[in-house]
Amino acid sequence: MLDSHVQTDRIAEILDAHLGLEGPLLPILHAIQEAFGYIPEGAIPQIAKALMLSKAEVHGVVSFYHDFREMPAGRHVLKLCRAEACQTMGADGVADRIKAALGIDWHETTADGRVTLEPVFCLGLCACGPAAMVDGRLVGRVDESVVAEVAK
Amino acid sequence: MKVYVPLDSAAVALGADKIADAIVAQGAARGVSVEVVRNGSRGMVWLEPLVEVVTDAGRLGFGPLTLTDVPALFGDLSAHPKALGLVEELPWMKGQTRLTFARVGVIDPLSLDDYRAHGGLVGLERAKTMTKAQIVAEVTDSGLRGRGGAGFPTGIKWKTVSEAAGDQKYIVCNADEGDSATFADRMLMEGDPFTLIEGMAIAGLACGATKGYVYIRSEYPVAIRVMEAAVLVARQAGVLGPQFDMEIRVGAGAYVCGEETSLLNSLEGKRGVVRAKPPLPALQGFMGRPTVVNNVISLASVPVIMAKGAAYYKDFGLGRSRGTIPLQIAGNVKYGGLYEVAFGLTLGQIVNEIGGGTASGRPVKAVQVGGPLGAWFPVSLFDTPFGYEEFGAKDGLIGHAGLTVADDSTDMLQMARFAMEFCAIESCGKCTPCRLGSTRGVETIDRLARGDSSAIPLLTDLCNTMKSGSLCALGGFTPYPVMSALTHFPDDFARAKEAAE
Repeated sequence: MLDSHVQTDRIAEILDAHLGLEGPLLPILHAIQEAFGYIPEGAIPQIAKALMLSKAEVHGVVSFYHDFREMPAGRHVLKLCRAEACQTMGADGVADRIKAALGIDWHETTADGRVTLEPVFCLGLCACGPAAMVDGRLVGRVDESVVAEVAK
Repeated sequence: MKVYVPLDSAAVALGADKIADAIVAQGAARGVSVEVVRNGSRGMVWLEPLVEVVTDAGRLGFGPLTLTDVPALFGDLSAHPKALGLVEELPWMKGQTRLTFARVGVIDPLSLDDYRAHGGLVGLERAKTMTKAQIVAEVTDSGLRGRGGAGFPTGIKWKTVSEAAGDQKYIVCNADEGDSATFADRMLMEGDPFTLIEGMAIAGLACGATKGYVYIRSEYPVAIRVMEAAVLVARQAGVLGPQFDMEIRVGAGAYVCGEETSLLNSLEGKRGVVRAKPPLPALQGFMGRPTVVNNVISLASVPVIMAKGAAYYKDFGLGRSRGTIPLQIAGNVKYGGLYEVAFGLTLGQIVNEIGGGTASGRPVKAVQVGGPLGAWFPVSLFDTPFGYEEFGAKDGLIGHAGLTVADDSTDMLQMARFAMEFCAIESCGKCTPCRLGSTRGVETIDRLARGDSSAIPLLTDLCNTMKSGSLCALGGFTPYPVMSALTHFPDDFARAKEAAE
């Protein structure tokens, strides 16, 4: 865990860098998640104060969007597309086999903290489905062999 | 030796980055000087990674390329196992009318010189010599309608913003392309970002707006990177500046933010909740100020309209659907990709002749047109011509022109259930028909799956309520895939009943 002063200082830097923007909250949250891997609970009051919002408003925004995590993810994040075009190419079966191989369901992390499995609704790879994103890297025509890429 | 290797997401997802590295390494090993240009995709996704080698005769294509095919690129090209011939001469390319996508796949996306050499900035230069009203009239006369799905006339929207009072106005580009089977926005931003920038700058001139935002979904990392780089290049070259400048903003995984009012809330840093209309965003949009919200393809079609004139663009199409439409042929299809063509082809021509039928080789069962909120069309409706009114007349919509092809192994009850489930996951929660109706819809379809056919009138009634009572298209259009599945494929709903008995 980061020392709380280190965290507070880093968030203060991020806030300073974004306060000139119109509608700065989403860019701020993206930057905080980029820095820490999630949105630490302690960030909420700090953001609220800087933007003159209530803590509830900031929490409401964090919890509304699928991208923002309130807990750290596993070492790898495997996102599988569940949308229609990928379904027509067998995405549901691929997802079932990957869930079985990892022993987890959607939004869960393996007990060893290795992989977090998440659904995604469209990566724009609809003519080469099923599609996946492995730690930010795009994969077309994916099958269960992708599990090997998140083995360590 | 000059080689083009796409940076397009689909090409990258199929290995283009490794191919590019291997070409550089192979060139170095052979002492051959190689210039690798990372271009957009030509749209032939089944041939990706599609590598092009520049020769005296033109650009020769090779694909789908694997690492083992790389060394042969340095030998006799005509004998290469993946040789396709001149890319421009391929039937897929020759059959198209590429107006909006004219440069995608052709140029280096981040070279402004390349952009200029291929007709870029001509539209903006012409717009600078015109009055606001003249630019608006030109776009109105072209017949361009919003390509995001709603089909609202772009020129009328611009006129409202242009004539609205306000010391600060905005141009917001909706690049939250969340519909399954759609990737035209992504391909345009990755392959020809300056076209979008030019279109937004023209919109700024027409409306008196000095600031623009492109709201790109976070699922599009390549498009975000290319657009951010392109904005810097455009700013350094003076294309963007005090008169009109823009920022790239990144979404956070909420499908509903593709709806224009929730997009504006998201851009303002709020929950992406839908706003009731009126007030229209054209009058009270971003930060309560007059705002144009247009889709990527709408804005990217403006430069060619300004460069070649409204009449040139309007000449293409049928009925009230003027110009060209980038079809995105996806799902279980043999030849999937992007195909820009005038409105008017029939659905059957698109799926069978251009798309080549299914990838699995099995018969086509249904095609969902217009993304997750679009209707499933059975083969018996394949004579429907591709146009806004024509699809509306068949209880469907063209949406953002994405087509998901499904073969005969598809269970339409499950697809209807998924539509409701997706709506439940992505509902912003503001209006009751969408928030509660979607969850009740899943439960009702589960009753059908268990063999309780008495739930059919309830599902129909629920769909009618959602359709007429929802604030936006998410709740309002989810009934399209559900009701079309039920109407056109009653056997799938009845078969479930027999199985249960």
